[in-house]
Amino acid sequence: MTSAAASGARRRAFRRAKSNVMVGLMIAAVILAVLPLVLILATLVIKGASSLNLAFFTKLPVPAGEVGGGVAHAIVGTLVIVGVASLIGLPIGIAAGIYCAEYRSSRLTWVTRFVADVLNGTPSIVIGVFAWTLIVAKQKHFSALAGSAALAMLMIPMVMRTTEEMIKLVPNSLREAALALGYPRWRTTLGVVVRSTLPGIVTGSMLAVARIAGETAPLLFTALGSQYFSTKLNQPMAALPLTVFTYATGPYEEWHRFAWASALVLIIVVFVLSVAARLTIGRTRHG
Amino acid sequence: MTTARPTLFRRSHGDRVFRTILTVAAVVIPVLLALLIWQLWGEAAPAVRRFGLGFVTTSTWDPVAEQFGALPLIFGTLVSSLIALVIAVPLSLGVAIYLTEFAPNALRQPVAFVIGLLAAIPSVVYGLWGIFVLIPFLKSSVFPLLRDTLGFLPFFQGTIYGPSMLSAGIILAIMVMPYIMSVAREVLLAVPNSQREAALALGATRWEAVTSAVIPYARSGIIGAVILGLGRALGETMAVTMLIGNRHEIATSLFAPGYTMAAAIANEFAEAVGDIHLSSLAYVALVLFAVTVVVNAGARLLIWRVARGSGAGSSAL
Repeated sequence: MTSAAASGARRRAFRRAKSNVMVGLMIAAVILAVLPLVLILATLVIKGASSLNLAFFTKLPVPAGEVGGGVAHAIVGTLVIVGVASLIGLPIGIAAGIYCAEYRSSRLTWVTRFVADVLNGTPSIVIGVFAWTLIVAKQKHFSALAGSAALAMLMIPMVMRTTEEMIKLVPNSLREAALALGYPRWRTTLGVVVRSTLPGIVTGSMLAVARIAGETAPLLFTALGSQYFSTKLNQPMAALPLTVFTYATGPYEEWHRFAWASALVLIIVVFVLSVAARLTIGRTRHG
Repeated sequence: MTTARPTLFRRSHGDRVFRTILTVAAVVIPVLLALLIWQLWGEAAPAVRRFGLGFVTTSTWDPVAEQFGALPLIFGTLVSSLIALVIAVPLSLGVAIYLTEFAPNALRQPVAFVIGLLAAIPSVVYGLWGIFVLIPFLKSSVFPLLRDTLGFLPFFQGTIYGPSMLSAGIILAIMVMPYIMSVAREVLLAVPNSQREAALALGATRWEAVTSAVIPYARSGIIGAVILGLGRALGETMAVTMLIGNRHEIATSLFAPGYTMAAAIANEFAEAVGDIHLSSLAYVALVLFAVTVVVNAGARLLIWRVARGSGAGSSAL
């Protein structure tokens, strides 16, 4: 009797210990998972911050081997390419998202949603090849516009899905109230439904912009990159991610310094956008 | 037609215009996909006709002799992704389970948020960090240790190079970890609390409740999360291109350089020497696309089985 009770107690203690060991392992996993983020950010700041000066933002690159210069052309290039991509991608993505949320019974909704998921999982390099065949191969030269088209195509399914999910959260009573007041359908959708989820839609859009701002692969053979300052959409254009790639894989110390600084700028832009976006989302969810 | 349906409100002219505009936008997405398949196929057709299915089973990649076979690329893609999963799956599931089942409430959101930031880091920045921080570290301490302890396995033998299959696999592991973690977390959150309570009421410890009640319920969703991570790893381009060494060879040793489909396209497409080289790269893109579509569709079906309608997985992408 007592021995059975003792063995039961031992068994319980073992099971509890096992549970605790597993929790310990999981905490170790959390630390291991957060570690790369800390290490990457620390290295970026240590190696990149010292190179961030006025020249970095305002000057063009100097010939290889010389010291100094900047990446003004790539900063402007990224702004132009991402800006044009957003002009194309955001309206289409948001409109498609509204369609799929407001006309849920339509068969097109099902098809569009499914295809958006397929496109969301498509490697960005494949989208780059697509933009190349569609624009670069036809025009016979690389262009910033082809880069923007590739980025827009990455954006559309992302924005569509977040918009749809946001609008689905709007209670039907809101729609019914507006319709009961005699609002036509389109004013109900735009003036009531979309307006009430506007923060969510803005958040989704910002996340999408943050995602594509750091994309490199689709630009490799569309915008191509350039050593010169250019705002012509029809010509090759520099972009920060391409600069990081070229300088990181190049042979010169000075280039590596520039790669770190460019990466730091890139990551600040991306993080500010995505943190701001996530904070907005957090506020709407709790509010 | 919709006019046959009785409506409580007058259909205005504005409604028709509005719906038309939205419909056009919604149609754009499937049209883009169709166009993508059409264009890739058109570009790849000469290589498909010339090499046929032998393309994926042969290993020669010689632009000068115009002979192309993608087996080393497919091999490299699969092996680097598998390494990534072997490392990332236990880690991300551990984190996801800890955050949903054990962590103090105050910790849950912040930790998920911080790990989510890893997903926001651009691929090229991972590549940069990999070249200058990760590879020197691996080459000087981890790889020699692996060779000394696990050297009896053929995977950990031979010359230690910096850029290698294993380096690429490790950077991929860091990159896909946040995706698997966040989808697995959403799936676990979708498990009803009654599952946990029932197990605890029967006297299970908290860990036993997880293994006996929570994980079985969420199993297909967790597998879906892992496969979604696989889909990410297969198509990841820049960081791999910068770390894998870019050599068209199949090596047994993970210390040796390799190549992936995405990396080959990234490196060679802009400078392809001839039409058939370009076409072969488009063929590679087509294969890569087909593989990721299959992998992602499978993952999504599995996730839907657990978290139907919650949109789990979509937001993580």
